[in-house]
Amino acid sequence: MAQVQVRTQWLPINGIVYTLDSDENIATQSRTTIHREPQTMNHIALKMLMGDKGKYLGIVMGLTFASLIMTQQPAIFVGLMARSYSFISDVGLPDIWVMDSKVQFIDDIKPLQETELYRVRGISGVEWAMPLYKGLLKVRLADGTFQTCNVIGLDDTTLVGGPAVMLEGTLADLRRSDAVIVDIDGARDKLGKPSPESGGKNIPLKIGDSLELNDHRATIVGIAKVTRTFQSQPVIYTTYSRAKSYAPRERRLLSFVLVKVKAGQDPQELIERIRATTGLAAYTQDGFKTLTYNYFMKNTGIPINFGITIALGFIVGTAIAGQTFYNFTLENLRQFGVLKAMGASNGSLLRMILLQAVLVGSIGYGLGVGLAALFGFAMRHTILAFKMPWQLLVFSGAGVGLICIIAALISILKVIRLEPAIVFKS
Amino acid sequence: MSLAIHCQNIVKTYTTDGQQVVALNGVDLDIALGELMMLVGPSGCGKTTLISIIAGILNQDSGRCELFGEDFQSMSNKDQLRFRAVNIGFVFQAYNLLPSLNAAENVSVPLIINGMKRSVAERKAKDVLAQVGLGERTQSLPAQLSGGQQQRVAIARALVHSPRLIVCDEPTSALDHKSGHNVMELLKQVAVQHDRVLVIVTHDARIFSFADRIAEMDDGHIVKISNQTSHHLDR
Repeated sequence: MAQVQVRTQWLPINGIVYTLDSDENIATQSRTTIHREPQTMNHIALKMLMGDKGKYLGIVMGLTFASLIMTQQPAIFVGLMARSYSFISDVGLPDIWVMDSKVQFIDDIKPLQETELYRVRGISGVEWAMPLYKGLLKVRLADGTFQTCNVIGLDDTTLVGGPAVMLEGTLADLRRSDAVIVDIDGARDKLGKPSPESGGKNIPLKIGDSLELNDHRATIVGIAKVTRTFQSQPVIYTTYSRAKSYAPRERRLLSFVLVKVKAGQDPQELIERIRATTGLAAYTQDGFKTLTYNYFMKNTGIPINFGITIALGFIVGTAIAGQTFYNFTLENLRQFGVLKAMGASNGSLLRMILLQAVLVGSIGYGLGVGLAALFGFAMRHTILAFKMPWQLLVFSGAGVGLICIIAALISILKVIRLEPAIVFKS
Repeated sequence: MSLAIHCQNIVKTYTTDGQQVVALNGVDLDIALGELMMLVGPSGCGKTTLISIIAGILNQDSGRCELFGEDFQSMSNKDQLRFRAVNIGFVFQAYNLLPSLNAAENVSVPLIINGMKRSVAERKAKDVLAQVGLGERTQSLPAQLSGGQQQRVAIARALVHSPRLIVCDEPTSALDHKSGHNVMELLKQVAVQHDRVLVIVTHDARIFSFADRIAEMDDGHIVKISNQTSHHLDR
């Protein structure tokens, strides 16, 4: 046999050699003992996948649904859980929160003696320490009904702990007589004045309107934007001394001491010092959020309720997408058999199925996450809790990935076990 | 004339519903290079099992089957695949074209499996499609082609990588008389070569005249091998 010029990637085995010229044209063909590695069959896999538009859309829609439910429901869960500590997030200035050692979460108020404030102020490493009142008080509305509100009493001098975003008025207006600031959601909804028309929407409170707090008159001097709380109660800000006058008479009314750490002082060391000196509990802002979050996780039915929904979404998504993808493979089994008979390896077919799974998985995931984000955006002004951090996207991505892997594995097993002789059956 | 296929005492049994069915019961068959051999016989006589074993897509239980001097059973799986990819072309009764690929893409598949770049493979595929009279339909999907045209595409796919064995399973049974005759004319014209062998399984008596030899099978045996002329005389 004449010597032929072959490329290095051709491998020795019985077969044909194609001698290619510089433009990859077949210059000569002869039979010899040389063979080249198979090219990828990605384009065949993609054409097989998209050839039947109906089935292709069916698989994508199944994965989109699974991705949507695995993103949207956890996003509501995360949003709801974030509300459990939303007040801590809103009070951004202090580094350390000091409270009774038995406090389990932000709304679990166990009041302290006023003297604790001065003890904390006396501890080295404390830049400043301010009192904070937090309590649930009933507000009498114009129609005579009562609404429970979160009343926050800020240090009279510094107003530390006040809302970060004022929509109307200023924080300093709290120094005026009987002054209170209400949050915009409360002012619009639960504290709003009844509409003169039957069934009409409440008329939002505005600056100058009055409320009655425990038989005390309160005048609205500002409207603030705050993060909704877990129970979505209206939030009313006032001064510490005025809050004490609104609250029912108790020997102890100090809810928290807010502490700023001196520059150069390690917060954790200061926390240990406060605990050792006062016997009180002290947490960083993140530590207090974690305490609150853990309390809700352990002591409420929220995680299990959402867990069931998410698990159902995963199972239904797996069932729909997995079944559709598996059916797709079954319907293409003869085509895979043809490829196998013609010499395509199990590895090549496996890569084809994986590519198909990755493609439909990526598209379904993207659409599902996009729809979940759209849902969150559309609901941004409603009472619905919705938060979609990047960790959640990783979670739902892993979920969709798992669905695709399961579906692809079942399909791959079928193809690997496939007898190519199937092609001779009519 | 050198031997392309040498089958000796091939036995193959299947288990169906717990019962053993003997598909091939000691089949001996030799086919020479350049020959067009037809396997004929009633349904279930073992024709398809025999070509599956010859083509290396089914293993026999016992006996020896050599293709171009190579025994599939002595090869690794990888070598079997490569051997098949390079040396064998298939033409099926139901065409078995990939429905979402156009004619040129379908024909290029064996070349791609054999390692040729897609662009080069499709160029080559178009040349072969022109040889089978479908130079104008290279971009057509199988569903846009008639049965005869689809079988032409299948023949082009079986020929494109110049295999030494072409296995055809009932290539004309889905076609009308004229289309079937044309397909056989085409096979005879472009597929039969001195260094290639064609094995055709068929029920279609109208195409027996194209065979060099005809092996009649019944109940897992080859009961008679006759050349085309004598077969005609027998009939």
